[in-house]
Amino acid sequence: MDALLEMLQKDARLSTSQLAERSGKSEAEIVQMLADAVEAGTILGFHAVVDPDKVERHSVSALIEVKLTPERDGGFDRLAQRIAKFDQVTSCFLMSGGYDLTVIVEGSDLRDVARFVSEKLSTIEGVLSTATHFQLKVYKQSGFLASDHTPDERLSVSP
Amino acid sequence: MRPLEDRIAKQVKGLPRSGIRDFFELVQGRDDVISLGVGEPDFSAPWHIREAAIFSLEKGNTSYTSNLGLLSLRESISGYVEGLFKVHYNPESEILVTVGVSEALDLVCRALLNPGDEVIYHEPCYVSYSPSVAMAYGVPVAVRTRVEDEFVLKAEDIAEKITDKTRLLLLNFPTNPTGAVEPLDELEKIAKLAIEHDLIVVSDEIYCELLYGGESGMEPGEHVSIASLPGMRERTVLLHGFSKAFAMTGFRLGYACAPPVLTEAMMKIHQYSMLCAPIISQTAAIEALENGAGEVEKMRRAYARRRNLMLKRFKEMGVPCFSPGGAFYMFPDIRKFGLSSKDFAVRLLEEENVAVVPGSAFGEAGEGSVRACYATSYEKLETALDRIADFVSRLQ
Repeated sequence: MDALLEMLQKDARLSTSQLAERSGKSEAEIVQMLADAVEAGTILGFHAVVDPDKVERHSVSALIEVKLTPERDGGFDRLAQRIAKFDQVTSCFLMSGGYDLTVIVEGSDLRDVARFVSEKLSTIEGVLSTATHFQLKVYKQSGFLASDHTPDERLSVSP
Repeated sequence: MRPLEDRIAKQVKGLPRSGIRDFFELVQGRDDVISLGVGEPDFSAPWHIREAAIFSLEKGNTSYTSNLGLLSLRESISGYVEGLFKVHYNPESEILVTVGVSEALDLVCRALLNPGDEVIYHEPCYVSYSPSVAMAYGVPVAVRTRVEDEFVLKAEDIAEKITDKTRLLLLNFPTNPTGAVEPLDELEKIAKLAIEHDLIVVSDEIYCELLYGGESGMEPGEHVSIASLPGMRERTVLLHGFSKAFAMTGFRLGYACAPPVLTEAMMKIHQYSMLCAPIISQTAAIEALENGAGEVEKMRRAYARRRNLMLKRFKEMGVPCFSPGGAFYMFPDIRKFGLSSKDFAVRLLEEENVAVVPGSAFGEAGEGSVRACYATSYEKLETALDRIADFVSRLQ
């Protein structure tokens, strides 16, 4: 399973027959393993990793540090899940350290993100404070370097 | 003035031109060639290793090191070797850090051979074995390994070549160019032979981390070094390095592990000819040994997947190809096409723009096969194999 996930995390476009060939398993086994992984929630989804700097209609992304009041039952879970459900939120993690949640938010422009923070996020009961950091430039995203074109300079034939 | 050609030393003049070089010149200048002719990983050295080299430069580490190499590196090597080969070498006196295994091989030949001494090695093999022996005024004696035996080296074939002049036995498992791995029972017979005839064994184990075990070939195999067999440590010079498993070919770093007297003799030559291996490479190597295992295993798995692809596709094409246990080479048998390995490789290059190395470049025993290296991206391999399939279908 680990080998399968490793291959998919690098390239989710690989077909089941390609995955079968590369892992030495049968295609039927691969189909079953994938179905199981999706069913179990091990694989959450498949998407293209886009460099926002290369996209014509530039969206804005921000990392927001959120402090919460934990609840008697369930700690941070209920509030975190509630925040994560907003479409603007692309990622949401519970953190150790000086604040509780890291929330990554995407909007069409600065004002769009600011509006989400002031009108939605900070007004939720239990949210104590927010600190918003706007993203300026992407160097690496989801394991992919934004500019990584090292030419192959090996000799074409060598001992 | 005497012509310059006449000034070249006899033993250098006598060296054959490398078949690899001939073929390299043919490939140069062609566009769109997919080369399966390389002998090194397609991966760059893992970033944490490169970063350690940069950091070492930033700190101003630009000096010579001890002739044997940095003690901290030798200590790391000692621990690594003990884990991998199950043999302990004292970092103070039994490990010499060299400029690649190539230098170590040269040192061992120069340190242990008197003119006319014979060295037995197995063919097909890495191109520098026979020249290294000849340059040390030794006499290289080749033992054939055969495709029918999956290129296993037979102790009985070695026995036939042993004379009263034989001093060294030079082994390389997993083997470049065949990918062959020596089975334990045969290795034990070879060890017995070495003890019986009082030979020193030089064992180049540069590919030993790249093994493909289990039924799927995906599991890491278990490497057995001849140095770990009973009675062998005291008569073995173990050669290893960083080029293949850690993808550090350009760092040029290897090492020799041997009893103190042999290490001292090799060190004498090394100190006058090389002084020491580059300190940047040595610092990078410490990082490789301390924190590199995860990356090595990742690369090994990538090679394993490609190896499975090659095996499957050669089988579909009807090209006989044994399943190699290690390294990153396939050595398919092309005899049924009625072409020499060179003609096969030249036509494949000219007609399909795929470069493989003629087996004859690795010694006479390599004739009848070609070496196809799978240290190339999976996608490129798929394209190369499609082209090879077209080519062989026209030959059939």
